[in-house]
Amino acid sequence: MTDGPLVLGIESSCDETGVGIVRGRTLLANVVSSSMDEHVRFGGVIPEIASRAHLDAIVPTLREALDRAGVGLEDLDALAVTSGPGLAGALMVGVAAAKALAVAADKPLYAINHLVAHVSVGLLEDSGIEGFQGAFDDGLPGDLGALLVSGGHTEILAVEDLGRDVRLLGATIDDAAGEAYDKVARVLGLDYPGGPAIDAAARDGDPAAFRLPRGLSAGKYMGSAERPGPHRYDFSFSGLKTAVARVVEGYEARGEPVPVADVAASFQESVADVITRKAVLACTEQGLGTLLLGGGVAANSRLRELTAERCAEHGIELVIPRLPLCTDNGAMVAALAARVVAEGRAPSGLDFAADSSLPVTTVSV
Amino acid sequence: MLLLCLDSSAVASAALVTGAGEVLGSFASPDTRSHAEVLAPAVRDLLAGRGVAGGDLDGILVGTGPGPFTGLRAGIATARALAFAWDVPLHGLMSLEALAQDAAGHARAAGHEEFLVLTDARRKEVYWARFALAEDGPRPAGGPGVAAAEQLPALPAYGRGAGIYADRLARPVPEFAAAQPTASSLGLAAARRTARGEALSPDTTPLYLRESDAKVPGPRKRAGA
Ligand SMILES: [Zn+2]
Repeated sequence: MTDGPLVLGIESSCDETGVGIVRGRTLLANVVSSSMDEHVRFGGVIPEIASRAHLDAIVPTLREALDRAGVGLEDLDALAVTSGPGLAGALMVGVAAAKALAVAADKPLYAINHLVAHVSVGLLEDSGIEGFQGAFDDGLPGDLGALLVSGGHTEILAVEDLGRDVRLLGATIDDAAGEAYDKVARVLGLDYPGGPAIDAAARDGDPAAFRLPRGLSAGKYMGSAERPGPHRYDFSFSGLKTAVARVVEGYEARGEPVPVADVAASFQESVADVITRKAVLACTEQGLGTLLLGGGVAANSRLRELTAERCAEHGIELVIPRLPLCTDNGAMVAALAARVVAEGRAPSGLDFAADSSLPVTTVSV
Repeated sequence: MLLLCLDSSAVASAALVTGAGEVLGSFASPDTRSHAEVLAPAVRDLLAGRGVAGGDLDGILVGTGPGPFTGLRAGIATARALAFAWDVPLHGLMSLEALAQDAAGHARAAGHEEFLVLTDARRKEVYWARFALAEDGPRPAGGPGVAAAEQLPALPAYGRGAGIYADRLARPVPEFAAAQPTASSLGLAAARRTARGEALSPDTTPLYLRESDAKVPGPRKRAGA
Protein backbone atom coordinates (compact mmCIF):
# COMPACT_ATOMS: atom_id res chain seq x y z
CA MET A 1 0.00 0.00 0.00
CA THR A 2 1.40 3.36 -1.01
CA ASP A 3 0.76 6.65 0.71
CA GLY A 4 -0.88 9.47 -1.10
CA PRO A 5 -4.24 11.09 -1.58
CA LEU A 6 -7.40 8.99 -1.43
CA VAL A 7 -9.26 9.80 -4.64
CA LEU A 8 -12.49 8.59 -6.22
CA GLY A 9 -12.73 8.86 -10.01
CA ILE A 10 -15.82 8.75 -12.23
CA GLU A 11 -15.78 7.86 -15.92
CA SER A 12 -18.75 8.13 -18.31
CA SER A 13 -17.32 9.24 -21.65
CA CYS A 14 -18.59 6.33 -23.74
CA ASP A 15 -20.54 3.17 -22.87
CA GLU A 16 -18.89 2.23 -19.55
CA THR A 17 -19.95 3.77 -16.26
CA GLY A 18 -16.83 3.46 -14.13
CA VAL A 19 -16.01 4.36 -10.55
CA GLY A 20 -12.51 3.73 -9.23
CA ILE A 21 -10.82 4.51 -5.95
CA VAL A 22 -7.07 4.82 -5.42
CA ARG A 23 -4.80 5.78 -2.55
CA GLY A 24 -1.74 7.31 -4.20
CA ARG A 25 -0.53 4.52 -6.50
CA THR A 26 -2.58 1.76 -4.89
CA LEU A 27 -5.79 0.61 -6.54
CA LEU A 28 -8.55 0.02 -3.97
CA ALA A 29 -11.60 -0.48 -6.21
CA ASN A 30 -12.41 -0.48 -9.91
CA VAL A 31 -16.11 -1.07 -10.66
CA VAL A 32 -17.48 -0.80 -14.19
CA SER A 33 -21.03 -1.14 -15.46
CA SER A 34 -21.20 -1.45 -19.23
CA SER A 35 -24.17 -0.80 -21.50
CA MET A 36 -22.47 -2.78 -24.27
CA ASP A 37 -25.26 -5.36 -24.44
CA GLU A 38 -27.80 -2.65 -25.21
CA HIS A 39 -25.82 -1.55 -28.27
CA VAL A 40 -25.47 -5.03 -29.80
CA ARG A 41 -28.54 -4.82 -31.99
CA PHE A 42 -27.35 -1.50 -33.41
CA GLY A 43 -23.84 -2.74 -34.18
CA GLY A 44 -22.23 0.26 -32.48
CA VAL A 45 -22.49 2.57 -29.48
CA ILE A 46 -25.67 4.69 -29.59
CA PRO A 47 -24.95 7.87 -27.58
CA GLU A 48 -28.49 8.36 -26.24
CA ILE A 49 -28.72 4.75 -25.08
CA ALA A 50 -25.31 5.05 -23.40
CA SER A 51 -26.40 8.26 -21.65
CA ARG A 52 -29.60 6.68 -20.34
CA ALA A 53 -27.63 3.73 -19.03
CA HIS A 54 -25.11 6.01 -17.27
CA LEU A 55 -27.91 7.72 -15.38
CA ASP A 56 -29.20 4.43 -14.04
CA ALA A 57 -25.77 2.94 -13.33
CA ILE A 58 -23.99 5.84 -11.69
CA VAL A 59 -25.23 5.55 -8.08
CA PRO A 60 -25.15 1.72 -7.88
CA THR A 61 -21.61 1.75 -9.34
CA LEU A 62 -20.56 4.41 -6.87
CA ARG A 63 -22.01 2.49 -3.95
CA GLU A 64 -20.27 -0.71 -4.96
CA ALA A 65 -16.89 0.99 -5.42
CA LEU A 66 -17.06 2.58 -1.97
CA ASP A 67 -18.09 -0.77 -0.45
CA ARG A 68 -15.26 -2.63 -2.14
CA ALA A 69 -12.68 -0.06 -1.13
CA GLY A 70 -14.10 0.02 2.38
CA VAL A 71 -14.14 3.82 2.49
CA GLY A 72 -16.82 6.47 2.85
CA LEU A 73 -17.19 9.71 0.88
CA GLU A 74 -16.09 11.58 4.01
CA ASP A 75 -12.71 9.77 3.94
CA LEU A 76 -11.79 10.98 0.45
CA ASP A 77 -9.19 13.66 -0.19
CA ALA A 78 -10.61 14.48 -3.60
CA LEU A 79 -13.09 13.54 -6.30
CA ALA A 80 -12.33 13.35 -10.01
CA VAL A 81 -14.36 12.99 -13.19
CA THR A 82 -13.70 12.63 -16.89
CA SER A 83 -14.74 15.95 -18.44
CA GLY A 84 -13.68 15.03 -22.00
CA PRO A 85 -13.06 14.02 -24.69
CA GLY A 86 -16.03 11.71 -25.29
CA LEU A 87 -19.75 11.66 -26.06
CA ALA A 88 -21.25 14.95 -24.84
CA GLY A 89 -24.46 13.55 -23.34
CA ALA A 90 -22.64 10.67 -21.68
CA LEU A 91 -19.96 12.93 -20.16
CA MET A 92 -22.68 15.18 -18.76
CA VAL A 93 -24.09 12.44 -16.51
CA GLY A 94 -20.77 11.74 -14.84
CA VAL A 95 -19.96 15.43 -14.53
CA ALA A 96 -23.35 16.25 -12.93
CA ALA A 97 -23.05 13.38 -10.46
CA ALA A 98 -19.44 14.24 -9.58
CA LYS A 99 -20.29 17.87 -8.93
CA ALA A 100 -23.19 16.84 -6.71
CA LEU A 101 -20.89 14.54 -4.70
CA ALA A 102 -18.33 17.33 -4.39
CA VAL A 103 -21.02 19.62 -2.96
CA ALA A 104 -22.52 16.95 -0.70
CA ALA A 105 -19.20 15.73 0.70
CA ASP A 106 -17.52 19.15 0.52
CA LYS A 107 -14.49 17.74 -1.34
CA PRO A 108 -12.31 19.27 -4.06
CA LEU A 109 -13.20 18.09 -7.58
CA TYR A 110 -10.75 17.58 -10.44
CA ALA A 111 -11.95 17.52 -14.08
CA ILE A 112 -9.71 15.04 -15.87
CA ASN A 113 -8.76 14.35 -19.51
CA HIS A 114 -9.90 10.87 -20.55
CA LEU A 115 -6.97 10.17 -22.88
CA VAL A 116 -4.30 11.20 -20.40
CA ALA A 117 -6.13 9.14 -17.76
CA HIS A 118 -5.64 6.06 -19.96
CA VAL A 119 -1.89 6.57 -19.63
CA SER A 120 -2.01 7.18 -15.90
CA VAL A 121 -2.95 3.58 -15.04
CA GLY A 122 0.75 2.95 -15.59
CA LEU A 123 1.28 4.73 -12.28
CA LEU A 124 -0.67 2.14 -10.32
CA GLU A 125 1.29 -0.62 -8.57
CA ASP A 126 1.18 -4.02 -10.26
CA SER A 127 -0.87 -2.58 -13.10
CA GLY A 128 0.99 -4.28 -15.95
CA ILE A 129 0.45 -7.74 -17.39
CA GLU A 130 3.16 -10.34 -17.02
CA GLY A 131 6.23 -9.50 -19.09
CA PHE A 132 5.04 -5.94 -19.77
CA GLN A 133 4.94 -4.45 -16.29
CA GLY A 134 7.20 -1.47 -16.60
CA ALA A 135 9.12 -0.27 -13.56
CA PHE A 136 7.50 3.00 -12.66
CA ASP A 137 8.32 3.09 -8.96
CA ASP A 138 9.84 6.51 -9.31
CA GLY A 139 6.99 7.80 -11.43
CA LEU A 140 6.63 7.56 -15.18
CA PRO A 141 9.74 7.92 -17.33
CA GLY A 142 10.23 11.26 -19.08
CA ASP A 143 10.53 9.54 -22.48
CA LEU A 144 7.12 7.87 -22.35
CA GLY A 145 4.91 7.38 -25.38
CA ALA A 146 1.39 6.02 -25.36
CA LEU A 147 -0.56 4.16 -28.00
CA LEU A 148 -4.29 4.31 -27.20
CA VAL A 149 -6.56 2.13 -29.30
CA SER A 150 -10.25 1.74 -28.55
CA GLY A 151 -13.76 1.90 -29.98
CA GLY A 152 -13.87 5.63 -29.36
CA HIS A 153 -10.35 6.84 -30.08
CA THR A 154 -6.98 5.94 -31.63
CA GLU A 155 -3.98 8.10 -30.71
CA ILE A 156 -0.24 8.29 -30.22
CA LEU A 157 0.80 10.56 -27.35
CA ALA A 158 4.13 11.85 -26.07
CA VAL A 159 3.97 12.09 -22.29
CA GLU A 160 6.78 14.24 -21.04
CA ASP A 161 5.14 14.89 -17.69
CA LEU A 162 1.81 13.22 -17.00
CA GLY A 163 0.53 16.06 -14.86
CA ARG A 164 1.31 18.89 -17.22
CA ASP A 165 2.98 18.13 -20.50
CA VAL A 166 1.25 15.76 -22.89
CA ARG A 167 1.37 16.13 -26.67
CA LEU A 168 -0.77 14.51 -29.35
CA LEU A 169 1.57 13.09 -32.00
CA GLY A 170 -1.05 11.40 -34.14
CA ALA A 171 -4.69 10.33 -34.20
CA THR A 172 -7.28 8.80 -36.48
CA ILE A 173 -8.74 11.24 -38.98
CA ASP A 174 -11.96 9.22 -39.38
CA ASP A 175 -13.03 6.04 -37.56
CA ALA A 176 -11.45 4.78 -34.37
CA ALA A 177 -9.81 1.37 -34.80
CA GLY A 178 -12.46 -0.31 -32.64
CA GLU A 179 -15.19 1.25 -34.77
CA ALA A 180 -13.55 -0.19 -37.91
CA TYR A 181 -13.58 -3.61 -36.22
CA ASP A 182 -17.31 -3.23 -35.49
CA LYS A 183 -18.14 -2.20 -39.05
CA VAL A 184 -16.05 -4.95 -40.65
CA ALA A 185 -17.54 -7.53 -38.28
CA ARG A 186 -20.94 -6.53 -39.55
CA VAL A 187 -19.86 -6.88 -43.18
CA LEU A 188 -18.56 -10.37 -42.34
CA GLY A 189 -21.72 -11.33 -40.46
CA LEU A 190 -19.83 -11.54 -37.14
CA ASP A 191 -21.00 -10.40 -33.71
CA TYR A 192 -20.75 -7.01 -32.01
CA PRO A 193 -18.40 -5.95 -30.54
CA GLY A 194 -16.22 -6.64 -33.57
CA GLY A 195 -12.85 -6.72 -31.79
CA PRO A 196 -13.11 -10.12 -30.09
CA ALA A 197 -15.24 -11.57 -32.92
CA ILE A 198 -12.69 -10.71 -35.62
CA ASP A 199 -9.78 -11.71 -33.39
CA ALA A 200 -11.38 -15.17 -32.98
CA ALA A 201 -12.29 -15.56 -36.66
CA ALA A 202 -8.80 -14.48 -37.73
CA ARG A 203 -7.15 -17.28 -35.78
CA ASP A 204 -7.80 -19.79 -38.59
CA GLY A 205 -7.20 -17.32 -41.41
CA ASP A 206 -4.27 -16.32 -43.61
CA PRO A 207 -3.27 -12.72 -42.88
CA ALA A 208 -1.65 -12.50 -46.31
CA ALA A 209 -4.67 -13.80 -48.24
CA PHE A 210 -5.73 -10.28 -49.23
CA ARG A 211 -3.53 -7.25 -49.58
CA LEU A 212 -5.62 -4.56 -47.90
CA PRO A 213 -4.70 -0.84 -47.73
CA ARG A 214 -2.63 0.69 -44.91
CA GLY A 215 -4.31 4.09 -44.41
CA LEU A 216 -2.17 7.26 -44.66
CA SER A 217 0.99 5.28 -45.44
CA ALA A 218 1.70 6.86 -48.84
CA GLY A 219 4.70 9.16 -49.19
CA LYS A 220 2.59 12.29 -49.59
CA TYR A 221 1.11 11.71 -46.13
CA MET A 222 4.24 10.39 -44.44
CA GLY A 223 6.94 12.70 -45.77
CA SER A 224 10.34 12.05 -44.16
CA ALA A 225 11.70 12.32 -40.63
CA GLU A 226 13.25 15.68 -41.52
CA ARG A 227 10.25 16.92 -43.47
CA PRO A 228 7.20 15.13 -42.05
CA GLY A 229 4.09 14.97 -44.23
CA PRO A 230 0.70 16.14 -42.98
CA HIS A 231 -0.24 12.74 -41.50
CA ARG A 232 3.02 11.06 -40.59
CA TYR A 233 1.67 9.62 -37.31
CA ASP A 234 -2.04 9.74 -38.15
CA PHE A 235 -4.41 6.90 -38.92
CA SER A 236 -7.34 6.36 -41.27
CA PHE A 237 -9.50 3.24 -41.30
CA SER A 238 -12.40 4.20 -43.54
CA GLY A 239 -10.63 3.18 -46.77
CA LEU A 240 -9.75 -0.18 -45.24
CA LYS A 241 -13.36 -0.77 -44.26
CA THR A 242 -14.46 0.00 -47.84
CA ALA A 243 -11.80 -2.31 -49.26
CA VAL A 244 -13.06 -5.17 -47.08
CA ALA A 245 -16.62 -4.53 -48.25
CA ARG A 246 -15.41 -4.70 -51.91
CA VAL A 247 -13.74 -8.07 -51.31
CA VAL A 248 -16.87 -9.48 -49.68
CA GLU A 249 -19.12 -8.13 -52.42
CA GLY A 250 -16.88 -9.72 -55.04
CA TYR A 251 -17.38 -13.17 -53.54
CA GLU A 252 -21.10 -12.62 -53.18
CA ALA A 253 -21.44 -11.41 -56.78
CA ARG A 254 -19.71 -14.58 -57.99
CA GLY A 255 -21.97 -16.68 -55.77
CA GLU A 256 -18.96 -18.00 -53.86
CA PRO A 257 -18.76 -18.38 -50.07
CA VAL A 258 -16.88 -15.53 -48.37
CA PRO A 259 -13.61 -16.77 -46.82
CA VAL A 260 -14.42 -15.09 -43.50
CA ALA A 261 -11.32 -16.28 -41.64
CA ASP A 262 -8.95 -15.05 -44.36
CA VAL A 263 -10.70 -11.68 -44.68
CA ALA A 264 -10.75 -11.24 -40.89
CA ALA A 265 -7.06 -12.15 -40.61
CA SER A 266 -6.08 -9.86 -43.50
CA PHE A 267 -8.10 -6.97 -42.05
CA GLN A 268 -6.62 -7.48 -38.60
CA GLU A 269 -3.13 -7.63 -40.06
CA SER A 270 -3.66 -4.34 -41.86
CA VAL A 271 -4.89 -2.61 -38.68
CA ALA A 272 -2.14 -4.04 -36.46
CA ASP A 273 0.54 -3.38 -39.08
CA VAL A 274 -0.24 0.26 -39.68
CA ILE A 275 -0.85 1.08 -36.00
CA THR A 276 2.31 -0.55 -34.72
CA ARG A 277 4.46 0.72 -37.58
CA LYS A 278 3.43 4.31 -36.98
CA ALA A 279 3.66 4.02 -33.18
CA VAL A 280 7.18 2.62 -33.34
CA LEU A 281 8.17 5.25 -35.90
CA ALA A 282 6.88 7.98 -33.59
CA CYS A 283 8.81 6.50 -30.66
CA THR A 284 12.11 6.26 -32.54
CA GLU A 285 11.84 9.70 -34.13
CA GLN A 286 10.60 11.45 -30.99
CA GLY A 287 13.04 9.73 -28.63
CA LEU A 288 10.40 7.83 -26.68
CA GLY A 289 12.05 4.84 -24.98
CA THR A 290 8.93 3.39 -23.36
CA LEU A 291 5.53 2.79 -24.95
CA LEU A 292 2.34 2.21 -22.98
CA LEU A 293 -0.43 0.40 -24.86
CA GLY A 294 -3.93 1.31 -23.66
CA GLY A 295 -7.59 1.29 -24.67
CA GLY A 296 -9.94 -1.65 -25.14
CA VAL A 297 -8.35 -2.79 -28.41
CA ALA A 298 -5.19 -3.52 -26.40
CA ALA A 299 -6.97 -6.84 -25.76
CA ASN A 300 -6.48 -7.74 -29.43
CA SER A 301 -4.01 -10.62 -29.66
CA ARG A 302 -2.43 -9.62 -32.97
CA LEU A 303 -2.04 -5.98 -31.97
CA ARG A 304 -0.28 -6.99 -28.76
CA GLU A 305 1.93 -9.51 -30.53
CA LEU A 306 3.02 -7.16 -33.29
CA THR A 307 3.52 -4.22 -30.91
CA ALA A 308 5.71 -6.42 -28.70
CA GLU A 309 7.70 -7.69 -31.68
CA ARG A 310 8.35 -4.26 -33.17
CA CYS A 311 9.08 -2.57 -29.83
CA ALA A 312 11.63 -5.31 -29.11
CA GLU A 313 13.26 -4.80 -32.54
CA HIS A 314 13.67 -1.10 -31.84
CA GLY A 315 14.70 -1.35 -28.19
CA ILE A 316 11.50 0.25 -26.91
CA GLU A 317 10.21 -0.95 -23.55
CA LEU A 318 6.56 -1.95 -23.89
CA VAL A 319 4.09 -1.61 -21.01
CA ILE A 320 0.62 -3.20 -21.22
CA PRO A 321 -1.77 -2.64 -18.30
CA ARG A 322 -4.13 -5.41 -17.22
CA LEU A 323 -7.25 -5.43 -19.40
CA PRO A 324 -9.69 -3.98 -16.81
CA LEU A 325 -7.31 -1.02 -16.62
CA CYS A 326 -7.02 -0.72 -20.44
CA THR A 327 -10.74 -0.46 -21.12
CA ASP A 328 -12.52 2.68 -19.93
CA ASN A 329 -12.71 2.78 -16.13
CA GLY A 330 -12.85 5.14 -13.16
CA ALA A 331 -9.57 3.96 -11.61
CA MET A 332 -7.60 5.67 -14.37
CA VAL A 333 -9.39 8.94 -13.66
CA ALA A 334 -8.64 8.57 -9.95
CA ALA A 335 -5.01 7.63 -10.64
CA LEU A 336 -4.38 10.74 -12.73
CA ALA A 337 -6.17 12.96 -10.24
CA ALA A 338 -4.14 11.48 -7.36
CA ARG A 339 -1.04 12.55 -9.24
CA VAL A 340 -2.41 16.03 -9.92
CA VAL A 341 -3.42 16.36 -6.24
CA ALA A 342 0.01 15.19 -5.08
CA GLU A 343 1.58 17.88 -7.26
CA GLY A 344 -0.44 20.42 -5.30
CA ARG A 345 -2.45 21.64 -8.26
CA ALA A 346 -5.70 23.56 -7.70
CA PRO A 347 -9.01 21.71 -8.11
CA SER A 348 -11.31 22.51 -11.04
CA GLY A 349 -14.12 24.09 -9.04
CA LEU A 350 -17.76 23.42 -9.91
CA ASP A 351 -18.28 25.65 -12.95
CA PHE A 352 -16.44 23.66 -15.63
CA ALA A 353 -18.33 22.17 -18.56
CA ALA A 354 -18.00 18.75 -20.14
CA ASP A 355 -15.98 19.17 -23.35
CA SER A 356 -16.47 16.46 -25.96
CA SER A 357 -13.29 17.50 -27.77
CA LEU A 358 -11.00 18.36 -24.83
CA PRO A 359 -7.40 18.40 -26.19
CA VAL A 360 -4.74 16.19 -24.54
CA THR A 361 -2.73 19.27 -23.68
CA THR A 362 -5.40 19.96 -21.03
CA VAL A 363 -4.60 17.24 -18.51
CA SER A 364 -6.84 18.69 -15.83
CA VAL A 365 -9.31 21.51 -16.44
CA MET B 1 -40.44 19.34 6.52
CA LEU B 2 -37.69 20.76 4.32
CA LEU B 3 -37.23 19.68 0.71
CA LEU B 4 -34.39 20.52 -1.65
CA CYS B 5 -36.08 20.72 -5.05
CA LEU B 6 -34.37 20.50 -8.44
CA ASP B 7 -35.72 20.77 -11.93
CA SER B 8 -33.81 20.73 -15.21
CA SER B 9 -36.56 19.85 -17.64
CA ALA B 10 -36.32 23.29 -19.23
CA VAL B 11 -34.20 25.78 -17.29
CA ALA B 12 -31.90 24.59 -14.49
CA SER B 13 -33.45 25.48 -11.16
CA ALA B 14 -33.15 24.67 -7.47
CA ALA B 15 -35.15 25.69 -4.39
CA LEU B 16 -35.57 25.02 -0.69
CA VAL B 17 -39.26 24.54 0.09
CA THR B 18 -40.93 23.75 3.42
CA GLY B 19 -43.83 21.38 3.97
CA ALA B 20 -45.98 24.43 4.72
CA GLY B 21 -45.35 25.65 1.20
CA GLU B 22 -42.82 28.34 1.98
CA VAL B 23 -39.97 28.91 -0.48
CA LEU B 24 -36.86 29.65 1.60
CA GLY B 25 -34.60 30.27 -1.34
CA SER B 26 -34.48 29.61 -5.05
CA PHE B 27 -32.25 29.69 -8.10
CA ALA B 28 -33.17 29.55 -11.78
CA SER B 29 -30.80 29.81 -14.70
CA PRO B 30 -32.02 31.86 -17.66
CA ASP B 31 -30.11 29.46 -19.86
CA THR B 32 -31.41 26.07 -21.04
CA ARG B 33 -28.07 24.60 -22.11
CA SER B 34 -25.71 24.63 -19.15
CA HIS B 35 -27.49 22.51 -16.54
CA ALA B 36 -24.46 20.42 -15.63
CA GLU B 37 -22.44 23.59 -15.04
CA VAL B 38 -24.82 25.59 -12.87
CA LEU B 39 -26.87 23.17 -10.82
CA ALA B 40 -24.32 21.98 -8.25
CA PRO B 41 -22.97 25.47 -7.47
CA ALA B 42 -26.58 26.64 -7.12
CA VAL B 43 -27.31 23.91 -4.57
CA ARG B 44 -24.16 24.73 -2.63
CA ASP B 45 -25.02 28.44 -2.51
CA LEU B 46 -28.66 27.81 -1.66
CA LEU B 47 -27.84 25.66 1.37
CA ALA B 48 -25.03 27.92 2.52
CA GLY B 49 -27.29 30.97 2.17
CA ARG B 50 -29.85 29.47 4.56
CA GLY B 51 -27.30 27.77 6.82
CA VAL B 52 -28.79 24.38 6.00
CA ALA B 53 -26.65 21.20 5.97
CA GLY B 54 -27.49 18.35 3.61
CA GLY B 55 -28.32 16.09 6.53
CA ASP B 56 -30.95 18.59 7.74
CA LEU B 57 -33.06 17.96 4.65
CA ASP B 58 -36.13 15.74 4.87
CA GLY B 59 -35.75 14.85 1.25
CA ILE B 60 -34.73 15.78 -2.26
CA LEU B 61 -37.36 16.25 -4.93
CA VAL B 62 -36.49 16.24 -8.61
CA GLY B 63 -38.56 17.02 -11.68
CA THR B 64 -38.67 13.91 -13.86
CA GLY B 65 -39.54 15.77 -17.04
CA PRO B 66 -40.57 15.49 -19.74
CA GLY B 67 -37.82 17.66 -21.19
CA PRO B 68 -34.80 17.62 -23.50
CA PHE B 69 -32.86 14.50 -22.50
CA THR B 70 -29.39 15.80 -21.72
CA GLY B 71 -30.54 18.66 -19.51
CA LEU B 72 -33.14 16.51 -17.80
CA ARG B 73 -30.52 13.92 -16.90
CA ALA B 74 -28.25 16.56 -15.36
CA GLY B 75 -30.92 17.36 -12.76
CA ILE B 76 -31.79 13.75 -12.04
CA ALA B 77 -28.12 12.68 -11.81
CA THR B 78 -27.51 15.59 -9.42
CA ALA B 79 -30.52 14.67 -7.26
CA ARG B 80 -29.65 10.98 -7.14
CA ALA B 81 -26.03 11.66 -6.22
CA LEU B 82 -26.97 14.18 -3.51
CA ALA B 83 -29.54 11.81 -1.99
CA PHE B 84 -26.96 9.02 -1.97
CA ALA B 85 -24.24 11.16 -0.42
CA TRP B 86 -26.47 12.74 2.24
CA ASP B 87 -28.48 9.56 2.74
CA VAL B 88 -31.80 11.39 2.55
CA PRO B 89 -35.01 10.23 0.80
CA LEU B 90 -35.31 10.92 -2.93
CA HIS B 91 -38.59 11.80 -4.63
CA GLY B 92 -39.64 12.41 -8.22
CA LEU B 93 -42.51 14.49 -9.61
CA MET B 94 -43.47 15.21 -13.20
CA SER B 95 -42.03 18.63 -14.08
CA LEU B 96 -45.25 19.81 -15.73
CA GLU B 97 -46.85 19.78 -12.25
CA ALA B 98 -44.73 22.86 -11.54
CA LEU B 99 -46.34 24.75 -14.41
CA ALA B 100 -49.81 23.60 -13.37
CA GLN B 101 -49.08 24.92 -9.89
CA ASP B 102 -48.24 28.32 -11.34
CA ALA B 103 -51.22 28.32 -13.72
CA ALA B 104 -53.82 27.30 -11.13
CA GLY B 105 -54.56 30.80 -9.77
CA HIS B 106 -55.11 32.24 -13.22
CA ALA B 107 -57.18 29.25 -14.29
CA ARG B 108 -59.41 29.52 -11.23
CA ALA B 109 -59.95 33.27 -11.69
CA ALA B 110 -60.84 32.64 -15.34
CA GLY B 111 -63.24 29.86 -14.40
CA HIS B 112 -61.40 27.09 -16.28
CA GLU B 113 -62.21 23.61 -14.95
CA GLU B 114 -59.58 21.93 -17.08
CA PHE B 115 -56.45 23.20 -18.74
CA LEU B 116 -53.27 22.12 -20.51
CA VAL B 117 -49.66 22.92 -19.68
CA LEU B 118 -47.15 22.81 -22.52
CA THR B 119 -43.37 23.01 -22.77
CA ASP B 120 -41.10 23.06 -25.80
CA ALA B 121 -40.23 19.53 -26.96
CA ARG B 122 -38.23 20.86 -29.96
CA ARG B 123 -38.74 19.22 -33.38
CA LYS B 124 -41.97 21.21 -33.79
CA GLU B 125 -43.67 19.39 -30.91
CA VAL B 126 -44.68 20.12 -27.33
CA TYR B 127 -44.65 18.12 -24.12
CA TRP B 128 -48.12 18.34 -22.65
CA ALA B 129 -50.18 17.33 -19.63
CA ARG B 130 -53.84 17.95 -18.82
CA PHE B 131 -55.04 19.06 -15.39
CA ALA B 132 -58.46 19.32 -13.74
CA LEU B 133 -58.86 22.13 -11.22
CA ALA B 134 -60.14 20.71 -7.92
CA GLU B 135 -60.93 22.59 -4.69
CA ASP B 136 -57.43 21.96 -3.40
CA GLY B 137 -55.59 22.68 -6.64
CA PRO B 138 -54.82 21.08 -9.98
CA ARG B 139 -54.92 17.31 -10.37
CA PRO B 140 -53.45 15.38 -13.30
CA ALA B 141 -56.14 14.43 -15.80
CA GLY B 142 -54.14 13.24 -18.80
CA GLY B 143 -50.65 12.83 -20.19
CA PRO B 144 -47.85 13.51 -20.07
CA GLY B 145 -47.33 13.16 -23.77
CA VAL B 146 -45.46 14.60 -26.71
CA ALA B 147 -47.42 15.87 -29.71
CA ALA B 148 -47.78 18.58 -32.32
CA ALA B 149 -49.68 21.51 -30.77
CA GLU B 150 -52.56 21.30 -33.27
CA GLN B 151 -53.36 17.74 -32.13
CA LEU B 152 -54.25 18.86 -28.60
CA PRO B 153 -57.80 19.41 -27.29
CA ALA B 154 -59.25 22.96 -27.31
CA LEU B 155 -58.50 23.75 -23.65
CA PRO B 156 -56.78 26.83 -22.22
CA ALA B 157 -53.06 26.19 -22.74
CA TYR B 158 -50.37 27.52 -20.36
CA GLY B 159 -46.60 27.57 -20.67
CA ARG B 160 -43.81 28.28 -23.11
CA GLY B 161 -44.97 25.46 -25.40
CA ALA B 162 -48.26 27.32 -25.78
CA GLY B 163 -46.39 30.57 -26.39
CA ILE B 164 -44.30 29.13 -29.20
CA TYR B 165 -47.26 27.50 -30.96
CA ALA B 166 -49.97 30.03 -30.02
CA ASP B 167 -51.12 30.17 -33.65
CA ARG B 168 -51.81 26.43 -33.69
CA LEU B 169 -53.72 26.26 -30.41
CA ALA B 170 -57.40 27.03 -29.76
CA ARG B 171 -56.92 28.83 -26.43
CA PRO B 172 -53.33 29.83 -25.64
CA VAL B 173 -53.00 31.93 -22.46
CA PRO B 174 -50.79 34.92 -23.39
CA GLU B 175 -49.89 35.85 -19.79
CA PHE B 176 -48.14 32.46 -19.46
CA ALA B 177 -46.55 32.36 -22.92
CA ALA B 178 -43.02 32.28 -21.46
CA ALA B 179 -43.67 30.19 -18.32
CA GLN B 180 -41.31 27.27 -17.65
CA PRO B 181 -41.26 24.65 -14.89
CA THR B 182 -39.15 25.72 -11.89
CA ALA B 183 -37.94 23.87 -8.82
CA SER B 184 -39.73 26.26 -6.44
CA SER B 185 -43.10 25.64 -8.10
CA LEU B 186 -42.38 21.93 -8.20
CA GLY B 187 -41.76 22.06 -4.45
CA LEU B 188 -45.04 23.91 -3.90
CA ALA B 189 -46.87 21.29 -5.97
CA ALA B 190 -45.29 18.60 -3.79
CA ALA B 191 -46.23 20.45 -0.58
CA ARG B 192 -49.83 20.66 -1.79
CA ARG B 193 -49.84 16.92 -2.49
CA THR B 194 -48.47 16.01 0.93
CA ALA B 195 -50.93 18.44 2.57
CA ARG B 196 -53.79 16.43 1.12
CA GLY B 197 -52.24 13.22 2.38
CA GLU B 198 -50.58 11.90 -0.76
CA ALA B 199 -47.14 10.35 -0.40
CA LEU B 200 -44.42 11.59 -2.74
CA SER B 201 -43.20 9.03 -5.25
CA PRO B 202 -39.71 7.58 -4.78
CA ASP B 203 -39.53 7.08 -8.56
CA THR B 204 -37.12 9.39 -10.38
CA THR B 205 -37.20 7.59 -13.72
CA PRO B 206 -36.98 10.26 -16.42
CA LEU B 207 -40.07 10.76 -18.57
CA TYR B 208 -38.28 10.62 -21.92
CA LEU B 209 -41.52 9.96 -23.87
CA ARG B 210 -39.43 9.48 -27.00
CA GLU B 211 -37.22 6.57 -27.90
CA SER B 212 -33.56 7.21 -28.56
CA ASP B 213 -33.14 7.96 -32.25
CA ALA B 214 -31.19 4.79 -32.81
CA LYS B 215 -32.32 2.63 -35.68
CA VAL B 216 -31.56 -1.06 -35.84
CA PRO B 217 -29.70 -1.49 -39.11
CA GLY B 218 -31.56 -3.66 -41.61
CA PRO B 219 -29.97 -6.80 -43.03
CA ARG B 220 -27.01 -5.85 -45.17
CA LYS B 221 -27.74 -5.99 -48.90
CA ARG B 222 -25.83 -8.77 -50.53
CA ALA B 223 -24.13 -8.06 -53.79
CA GLY B 224 -25.24 -10.03 -56.87
CA ALA B 225 -28.14 -12.42 -56.97
ZN1 LIG C 1 -11.06 5.38 -23.64
